Amino acid sequence: MSTPTQLDKVEDIEIRLLLEALFLKYHYDFRHYAMASIKRRLRQARQQLGLATFSALQDRLLHDPDMLPRLLAYLTIQVSEMFRDPSYFKAIREQVVPHLRTYPSLKVWIAGCSEGEELYSLVILFREEGLEDRTIFYATDINHQALEAAEAGVYPLERVQLFTENHRKSGGKSSLSDYYQAAYGRARFDASLRRNVVFSDHSLVSDAVFGEMNLISCRNVMIYFDRSLQDRAIGLFEESLSRKGFLGIGSKETLRFSGHSAAFADFVREEKIYQRRSTDAG
Amino acid sequence: MPAEREAIVIGASAGAVEALTSLLPALRPGFRLPIIVVVHLPADRRSAMAELFRAKCALEVREAEDKDPVAAGTIYFAPPDYHLLVEADRTFSLSCDAPVLFSRPSIDVLFESAADAYGPKLVGIVLTGANADGARGLRAIIGEGGAGIVQAPSSAFASAMPEAALQMSPTARPMTLQAIAAYLEEI
Repeated sequence: MSTPTQLDKVEDIEIRLLLEALFLKYHYDFRHYAMASIKRRLRQARQQLGLATFSALQDRLLHDPDMLPRLLAYLTIQVSEMFRDPSYFKAIREQVVPHLRTYPSLKVWIAGCSEGEELYSLVILFREEGLEDRTIFYATDINHQALEAAEAGVYPLERVQLFTENHRKSGGKSSLSDYYQAAYGRARFDASLRRNVVFSDHSLVSDAVFGEMNLISCRNVMIYFDRSLQDRAIGLFEESLSRKGFLGIGSKETLRFSGHSAAFADFVREEKIYQRRSTDAG
Repeated sequence: MPAEREAIVIGASAGAVEALTSLLPALRPGFRLPIIVVVHLPADRRSAMAELFRAKCALEVREAEDKDPVAAGTIYFAPPDYHLLVEADRTFSLSCDAPVLFSRPSIDVLFESAADAYGPKLVGIVLTGANADGARGLRAIIGEGGAGIVQAPSSAFASAMPEAALQMSPTARPMTLQAIAAYLEEI
């Protein structure tokens, strides 16, 4: 009944071939991304690059390496907000932090950090709670340009108003303006916020565990994956978490469909914060 | 030509609650198609449409979740501040991509993805609204052979959205809410 009726459409064939080309030539694997979103982004890319077909885009991609970063920008860059969903950060602050305080040193992984909004939110929260000095933050993404933007920490000033409001609602104990300097319509976040941050290329599709984490925050990244890829990522998080470590995902995401869901217990259910069960040490 | 229908998508903006109230509660238990709805809400009013309509409707009403299979006889609302898309395998995907025409969720995003997924088996309905969202999406649905219905602009609380849809898709059928309700009953 639900066999995909449209698989024979030329555009769909072209998209599959394009993703295959991207993988074979550059080892970026989008073949298990959620197709409806990727199709939308690819259509946008094709249109703005002035190309008539995805086959033409594939041709350019294979023969012109400059095309890669341009296409990756369309496929991966995600504009977010600092303290997006303030109640999530409030729950981290009020319910997760008291547990984290009991550890002498902490590792936090922001997986799929894109341009850094979630990273800075957590660093600021940890500073406010007095945990920053004992924490190493790992900020990873597959897109090098996004990582550079995250490392620069510069955002348009008009977005900072929203960030400020979110920060206040999240229970922020300081003023967000303590952490940036405004000039020429931009807010440049303080370099001291990055002193414990390691920025790194890492793919949830193909890379492995790189450390034992106390907290992993990966919000609204896995919505772009299909179920099999979500499952891989969640498995990777399970392996990467210390026993009793915490995992936070986006408010509309779920572990329900994952084969790894049994390894996690609800910690703050309505905020999608989970805790790795202590049994089954991995 | 009309293929057997498999799903209905609805987009509504200003005046949405009233318009949907004259359509959704009228659907009887046993209605077999999924109905997927995008409503624009002001960002500060993150109230769940699903909760509002759950009390009024005989059918099951839910907020769509990422990777949820699209179930028959269920009314789904897009969650606030996410785009809602339908995949070819009849599951939902959410996205945080930039707003389209200042809207997230966007009617166009839902409609275009559903047009890809369901082809001629889809019905698209554009209701009242004060912007132009849904017009491109409805054109995509009709382009794939699906049915396009638009609330008659003169009968809509806000006529801009139905007008924009009709302008882009002259073959879409303008209907009053009563006529749309009757159409859904017959489907």
